[in-house]
Amino acid sequence: MSSKNEQDWPLWEIFIQSKRGLDHKHVGSLHAADAQMAVENARDVYTRRNEGNSIWAVRATDIHASRPEDQGAFFDPADDKVYRHPTFYPMPEGVKYI
Amino acid sequence: MTVQEALFRYALRLGDNSLVLGHRNSEWCGHGPVLEEDIAQANIALDLIGQARNYLTYAGEVEDKGRSEDALAYLRGEREYLNVHLVELPKGDYARTIVRSFLFDAFHLPLQQALATGKDERLKGIAEKAVKEVTYHLRHSSEWLVRFGDGTDESHRRAQEALDDLWRYTGELFTPDEAEEVLAQAGIAPKLDTIRMEWSATVDRVLKEATLTRPADGWMASGGKKGVHTEHLGPMLAEMQTLQRSYPGVEW
Amino acid sequence: MPADQQETLFQQKVDAEQKIEPRDWMPEGYRKNLVRQISQHAHSEIVGMLPEGNWITRAPSLRRKTILLAKVQDEAGHGLYLYSAAETLGTGRDEMVDQLLRGTAKYSSIFNYPTLTWADIGAVGWLVDGAAIMNQVMLCRTSYGPYARAMVRICKEESFHQRQGYDILVTLSKGTPEQKAMAQDALDRWWWPSLMMFGPSDKDSPHSAQSLKWKIKRQSNDELRQIFIDRTVSQAEYLGLQIPDPKLKWNEATQHYDWGEIDWTEFNEVIRGNGPCNAERLAARQKAHADGAWVREAALAYAAKKGERNAA
Repeated sequence: MSSKNEQDWPLWEIFIQSKRGLDHKHVGSLHAADAQMAVENARDVYTRRNEGNSIWAVRATDIHASRPEDQGAFFDPADDKVYRHPTFYPMPEGVKYI
Repeated sequence: MTVQEALFRYALRLGDNSLVLGHRNSEWCGHGPVLEEDIAQANIALDLIGQARNYLTYAGEVEDKGRSEDALAYLRGEREYLNVHLVELPKGDYARTIVRSFLFDAFHLPLQQALATGKDERLKGIAEKAVKEVTYHLRHSSEWLVRFGDGTDESHRRAQEALDDLWRYTGELFTPDEAEEVLAQAGIAPKLDTIRMEWSATVDRVLKEATLTRPADGWMASGGKKGVHTEHLGPMLAEMQTLQRSYPGVEW
Repeated sequence: MPADQQETLFQQKVDAEQKIEPRDWMPEGYRKNLVRQISQHAHSEIVGMLPEGNWITRAPSLRRKTILLAKVQDEAGHGLYLYSAAETLGTGRDEMVDQLLRGTAKYSSIFNYPTLTWADIGAVGWLVDGAAIMNQVMLCRTSYGPYARAMVRICKEESFHQRQGYDILVTLSKGTPEQKAMAQDALDRWWWPSLMMFGPSDKDSPHSAQSLKWKIKRQSNDELRQIFIDRTVSQAEYLGLQIPDPKLKWNEATQHYDWGEIDWTEFNEVIRGNGPCNAERLAARQKAHADGAWVREAALAYAAKKGERNAA
């Protein structure tokens, strides 16, 4: 009964696009022996209520993530680049469609 | 046999095949080999039982005696069930379940495709939905059959044994009864020998990929289409019908 | 950064209602507590499939059969979402399942009670899912991100579970005297075990205080239990069924129902393995796992062969 000496199926992260035109969004993970099975299992597990239009499956070990301790160095510098946002530029009154 | 009588029997047969196989597959719920597969198998069972409801409802309308899907599912005896033997056999181990599904799905898909272009509007409507479902069923069972055949020695042995055992139940799929002949004449149901050709091609293709050997055609079991079943259907129906039989005429 | 400083930062994040994510620093106790709770929750979904699965083949109409099958299937899905969430904490599903099969992990004791009649399927949906939902709604706000997200998904899907159970009982309570008796009998057997689902009383609950501080739990066992009782009484009245508690009485002063005493001896016995179905439930899971071993191996062997062929 022990699964200790038995190899587990690899873990896959699943991304679902719910409608054409939208982003694929992470929904969770599952186990599958191969990629084809991962996509099909995702169809059965994560789209039981018609939530899906397209599925991506990625081996969990293939995902590289930023580290939480890098959060400051990575993301804070974008904080003060207000000139990237359209509201930084006041438009003269009466100018339209811009 | 009039076309209407034939249609009644035929709709029952389609419904019974789906219902009995759906019931058998649902027995895996909670007991599957891996959680993901439990979910897949339940989806397939849900599709099949959904098809059965459509067919039995239609059968009731064709018969025009006021019998509902439940009256037909729960209050017909074993001898009145018209499904083929293949679908009523016990689920066995997972190889047997997959092989049985595969042999049936490979028949079910071309059948539904043909019905979707047939002359009966209702059967056409039901089949159009079913084609999508059965396409997925066949894909699921084929892929698992290939995994078993080309997996480990044990899985190969189990799959080949199941195939050898179940082969004798495939003949009945393609032997028309009177209802099927009448409806083929009327352009409502397909000729079963054309379905057989497609079935045979699918079987050859998948078995080759699975490195499994196609058994030789020998003696073939039959009788389900006229209500003469194996010993396995009776107990299954007794279980399924227990509440309806114990408390007649009650709403649930 | 020293551990105590990290712990302070961690607690600040939790207090500020920021979610903790898998790669964030977290106290070992938090991680352990979560793995324990989430895996227990996952096991409960999986073992919970058995008592209801028991009636799939006997459901009294095709409509009821499809609904029940879809519901039990949902539970498999929910178990899977939860194992997924626990896996983000670094414990593999195989390890968690192994603990379940060895009998060292817990699952909700409610599933050690038998489903004896069709009305039990109604009672399980109404009371057991009803009690579970109270807990799950709270957990949508739990501090650990993956757990909270899994719970949001689960709550969305669960909303039909309780209703389908109640719907079964509505039909039975409007039916023949035999059907009504069947419904009452189910309520008699499931009422107290359902109240036990909220866990030991706050004063006896070993993990509660810490869990509340870490915002893993957001409300105490006793609070949730009381809300459940307050909500359920009128639902029972509508069915014309009698809740099996002679002390149950509306208290105008507290604006809550007063009620009797849970039999904690029974509760503890069932947890210790002496419930009516503990052995059967575990045996069923062990059998499914053992029978499935060759299937899982075959899929891996095939994937390896295919991988080699693609590489060649």
